[in-house]
Amino acid sequence: MNAISTETLSVVVERDVAFPPEKIWRALTQPHLLEEWLMKNDFKPVADHHFNFRGDWGAVDCQVLAVEPNKTLSYTWAAYGLESVVTWTLTPTGTGTHLRMEQSGFRTDQQQAYQGAKYGWQKFFAKLEEVLARTD
Amino acid sequence: MPDAHDVLFKTLADPTRRALFERLCREGEKTVGALTARAGVSQPAVSKHLGVLKQAGLVRDRHEGRQTHYTAQLGALAPLIDWTSQMSAFWQSRFNQLEDLLKRMDQ
Repeated sequence: MNAISTETLSVVVERDVAFPPEKIWRALTQPHLLEEWLMKNDFKPVADHHFNFRGDWGAVDCQVLAVEPNKTLSYTWAAYGLESVVTWTLTPTGTGTHLRMEQSGFRTDQQQAYQGAKYGWQKFFAKLEEVLARTD
Repeated sequence: MPDAHDVLFKTLADPTRRALFERLCREGEKTVGALTARAGVSQPAVSKHLGVLKQAGLVRDRHEGRQTHYTAQLGALAPLIDWTSQMSAFWQSRFNQLEDLLKRMDQ
């Protein structure tokens, strides 16, 4: 892997879910439901709305880009110097919904690598502390 | 296969060595002398730490006259910062939580 390039990468996770799009849409857009499976947030399904996801490890800055109820939702996702876009697509199937999440816009240039390193390091030191706590 | 994480963990577990590496990351190329000035340890100790960092691929050296210049090799941290695999794992686990929630929700 070359950490010094300007290649854009994306992550895609997709799954067939045994529930209708309308129900999944609620889980994707209602703050109290979002909090249950993703993170604490002040999300609103309104284009241009700025919001945050907040985890134990820090916050993600977001802005809503597109909202098409029960079909598609996208927002920017900025954390640790990493700018990306998260897009949800809901497609009805005979038995439920095909749910697709694409997070795109990872650039693996040096700036990202350095920001990423800071994040990697936090995890790495947390892990190291665990290891050290176990080995007397 | 020898775990790349093990080598990085061991190399960066030493606080003096980690501080040297962090400084090279932040400030760019430095000579051994410049690094020693603020390292709080002797020049031979700094050189030894730099040797370990070099073996782990975390720094590269360049000789110029009697000086040796060191630069950080951020690419060596790639095993710790593979964003795409980290984010994939993150979203996979969130999808699991989402499915659990959907089962609990009414309708």
